[in-house]
Amino acid sequence: MLRYAYLRILGAIPTLLLVIAIAFLMVHAAPGGPFDAARVLPPAIEKNVQAAYHLDDSLPQQFLGYLQGLAHGDFGPSYRYRDYTVAELIGGALPLSMRLGALAMLLAIAAGVSAGVIAALRKNTLLDRLVSGVAMIGISIPIFVVAPLMVLVFAVFLDWLPASWASGGASRLLMPVVALALPQIAYIARLTRASMINVMSSDFVRTARAQGLSTASIVRYHAIKPAMLPLLSYMGPAIAGILTGSVVVEEVFGIPGVGQFFIRGALNRDYTLVLGITILYAALVILLNLAVDLLYGVLDPRMRDR
Amino acid sequence: MSLLDVENLTVRYAGSPRPAVSELNLMIERGEAVGIVGESGSGKTQTAMAIMGLLPANASVAGNIRFDGVELCGAPLTLLNQYRARRVAMVFQDPRTALNPYVRIGKQLRRILLEHGICDGPDADVRTLEMLKKVGLPDPERQFRAFPHQLSGGMRQRAMLAAALLGEPDLLIADEPTTALDVTVQAQILRLIRTLHSETNSALLLITHDLAVVAGNCERVIVMDKGCVVEEGETRAVFSRPVEKRTRALLSAAPSVNSPVMCAPASEDADPVLEIENLAVSFKERRSGRGKRLRAVKPLSLSLGERETLAVVGESGSGKTSLARATLGLLPADSGHVSLLGKAQPPTVGARRNAARRNLQMVFQDPLASLNPAMSVREIVTEPLRVHEAGMKSAQRLASANAMLERVGLGAELAGRYPHELSGGQAQRVAIARSLILRPRVLICDEAVAALDGTVQHEILKLLLSEQDRCGLSLIFITHDLAVVRQISHRVLVMYMGRLCEIAENEALFKRPRHPYSKALLSSVPALDPATGPIDVPLPGETASAWSPPSGCPFHPRCQHAIAICTDEVPVPADCAGSVVACHRAADLDLGY
Amino acid sequence: MSAFSALRPIGRYIRASRMVAVCLLLLLLVALIALAGPLLSPNDYIATDFNNRFAAPTLQDMRFFGTDDLGRDLFSRTLLGVQVTLFVAVIASVVSLGIGVAYGATAGFIGGKVDALMMRAVDALYALPFVFLVILLMVAFERNFLLIFVAIGAINWLDMARIVRGQTMNLKHREFVDAARLIGVSTPGIILRHITPNLLGVVVVYMTLTIPQAILVESFLSFLGLGVQEPQTSLGALVNNGISNMETAPWLLVIPASVLAFILFCFNFLGDALRDVVDPKHKT
Repeated sequence: MLRYAYLRILGAIPTLLLVIAIAFLMVHAAPGGPFDAARVLPPAIEKNVQAAYHLDDSLPQQFLGYLQGLAHGDFGPSYRYRDYTVAELIGGALPLSMRLGALAMLLAIAAGVSAGVIAALRKNTLLDRLVSGVAMIGISIPIFVVAPLMVLVFAVFLDWLPASWASGGASRLLMPVVALALPQIAYIARLTRASMINVMSSDFVRTARAQGLSTASIVRYHAIKPAMLPLLSYMGPAIAGILTGSVVVEEVFGIPGVGQFFIRGALNRDYTLVLGITILYAALVILLNLAVDLLYGVLDPRMRDR
Repeated sequence: MSLLDVENLTVRYAGSPRPAVSELNLMIERGEAVGIVGESGSGKTQTAMAIMGLLPANASVAGNIRFDGVELCGAPLTLLNQYRARRVAMVFQDPRTALNPYVRIGKQLRRILLEHGICDGPDADVRTLEMLKKVGLPDPERQFRAFPHQLSGGMRQRAMLAAALLGEPDLLIADEPTTALDVTVQAQILRLIRTLHSETNSALLLITHDLAVVAGNCERVIVMDKGCVVEEGETRAVFSRPVEKRTRALLSAAPSVNSPVMCAPASEDADPVLEIENLAVSFKERRSGRGKRLRAVKPLSLSLGERETLAVVGESGSGKTSLARATLGLLPADSGHVSLLGKAQPPTVGARRNAARRNLQMVFQDPLASLNPAMSVREIVTEPLRVHEAGMKSAQRLASANAMLERVGLGAELAGRYPHELSGGQAQRVAIARSLILRPRVLICDEAVAALDGTVQHEILKLLLSEQDRCGLSLIFITHDLAVVRQISHRVLVMYMGRLCEIAENEALFKRPRHPYSKALLSSVPALDPATGPIDVPLPGETASAWSPPSGCPFHPRCQHAIAICTDEVPVPADCAGSVVACHRAADLDLGY
Repeated sequence: MSAFSALRPIGRYIRASRMVAVCLLLLLLVALIALAGPLLSPNDYIATDFNNRFAAPTLQDMRFFGTDDLGRDLFSRTLLGVQVTLFVAVIASVVSLGIGVAYGATAGFIGGKVDALMMRAVDALYALPFVFLVILLMVAFERNFLLIFVAIGAINWLDMARIVRGQTMNLKHREFVDAARLIGVSTPGIILRHITPNLLGVVVVYMTLTIPQAILVESFLSFLGLGVQEPQTSLGALVNNGISNMETAPWLLVIPASVLAFILFCFNFLGDALRDVVDPKHKT
């Protein structure tokens, strides 16, 4: 088991390096430099600017320089917001985004698992069909449709919740978190339902029934643990989904988080910013995936013996 | 009042033409041992499930199921749960899937005690341990903490029995409890069930397709067919003087080691058709990459004559399938070689020449898995012709295929069907047609009839033997079923943990086995007429793990005749009164009947 | 032909379940609409009309969906949107199918260390937020229509690769392949006649699930303003436009969004149902 953990951790590093390399190459392979949109500068100043941003070094040199910087937590300067480094920009926005993401993830798991388990236990009843139907609709409506609609309905028409972040107050967190969680609730509910149905129709659950255990006991002592394993495997894509969704939600609700910076950076061609955020997200996902993998190894007894 | 009184039980499924169980009447008294026999689809498992209330939601049940006077049919779940485990308990067929792989054995078992409020926490542990010991599990404390995948098949079934008996039920239902186990382990488990039955004075309802199992364990028997009770009565009476046609069919199809031999005598003094010399097969352990090898087959030699049937017998881990696959070239052998019709063969099938390949064919255990689901019966049977007879026109191929299908007993109208539209027996016939269409000299059958019902099994064996007679086919028949061996083989090879134990003539093996393991195998087979069968103590223990085999003779830990040298030296196969035996004590042991 | 016989269980299922059959018919209808596209409307999707901005849906002039902020007819633009969206999605799915099947079948068939390495790579790439890399790509290389296909295809091939590899490994070890080798069928023959026809079922089903994923990615890109450019439009771009004008003319958002959701729903429903036929033990 330890050996397995060791190998997984070791395997994560090349993946991260690969992602950084790919992202870096993409940015630097782009036609034209980052300053093309701005005014044309006199050659001498242009040269100085190039030197300042290390753009006159060879590509491998730039890459190594970048890696070195990363190791010290330096993502380089922002191309657009000249007074700030990328690290500063991200650092300022990160806590808010993390809070949003974490809350959304927790909500998604709590709501999704409950809905899924209930639907599975009441298979083929009206309740189940309702849950399954709503979940299916949930994965069919993109988040960038749901979020604005929520604003339209709850803020503009009903005036129950604030439309924008800037208005302050605790209630401004509600809609963004719910909007961000909704697609994941749908996926997790469907996943949990399918997994639960699968486990409940397994032979060992039949044995438990034959032993006179009540449904509640069966779920608690026999079914829930194996049923949760596929959910654990889904955590990786789920986190990726939350990250992607956060970009939309922050944009729609005007939240000054990392996602919004990403969009700004993309539209302003602020390469270092976009690069930095991409790498940050990738690192986050890789790390969380690793944690999930190790957790899976602990929970599945058949893997412990390896 | 009877313990269990089932009246007019009918179980129906929507969309099914006939009911799974039809107007069944069954009574079991306290302490009685009753058996239900029938082929697959006869409704025996459905009956058991109905009694326990475990039928799926789409089954409609009618009739009465009275347990000690209380109506259980259609009863609410809360009532059923009061009766389950405490009054009536069930043991299922496959212990591998019947136990929860994610929960430790002890924990699963004690949950039963806690759920029913029989005792509280610490007491539950004690009771569970006691029960694990009672069912004969070695080192009960260890098994208590173990997960199911860490136990062997026999041990898991013992654990299941322990679980069933924890509630001290009045009735134990065992549905095919030994079908998934090795023969020697089966004998152990049946003995255990018998012992527990007499000790606890609970009633036993034993469900099985194997009539011999019922003969040795049940006072009364109920014969089922297509959902109805066909005949019932005292076991001895029903089996010796069956009244109904169906019962007679089942009895005659049930092979036993005392059945008469079906095959014709082999050709004498002809050159061997197939020769295997010192063939050894091993696998590398994939997981750790440490390179530790599992020796599936230790160097083994045998030869096969024309029109001869050699049966290869062994339990799980004996290496018989690996031996077959290496002979065919599907698996690379470590050493040794194979000669077909006098010509040495390359170790992999891809390297062999067409002329050789067409002479050595195989029929697999699972008929549906051995047929390509995307190909029709016609395409499957003509494919060998397409590969080997390039000159044949498509019309000729079709004609050949149709002729072959008729020979195996299938009508030409099945030619357009696809494998999933065929029954098990039909699919196996197609597989046989495919393998015989090129008129091979040697056909290897790897558990070819194990997945089939008794009557179908009988038909397929007859088919193979008639082909042998007609075309001079030599057969290697791999099986764990000694009754089949008795019926169709000329010579028998007994294997244990990759080694040859004994090669003997059919008659010699069954009347006078020379190797202790051969004797143990024969003793483990349940006999239809208990009076004629052997009454020995079942072979103790289980086959050791192939990754760490015992030193010297691999059988010595379980052998009651083992002496000092057996632990140190591997016995070499040697001639002993006409048979080849690998046992240090072959000369001085007398194991005959 | 033997290849299509592998699709028979799917055919049976479709005939058995009414809802699935209805879904399939609806999708075929959508496909037909997509083929015809804006030709189905007498109005031009480019023509702007500043006298007629934000007109509500009406039966007059066949302007069933009203007009947008530039006075363009929403009905014809929606038809165009359906055409473009499906076009992009199908092509992108074919790209990911090509990559995924080739990769997965190779890994599955060769097996051993090569397979272990290839699948390790897939595992590593699986949860990466590819979309960000795609956005990076789109930003760096300007908005190239062709690039969209490649990018979307590059995101979705992982699932297909995994499934195809699993199925190939499964098939490789099945006894009928052994039987074929015993008969003497050559390796190319085995791949062609025995393995490939049995992959078809799985591939078709997962294609049905890849298409909605591709649609979502394309819509997302359009939402960010990185997708198809004017005067072309996709459902995602229409939704984006609708969001900006949400308060003035809600139908500009609601109509394209509903069409989008409807198409996604049908694909998901169909793919889901079919997946249970070919892959009963499917994981996430």
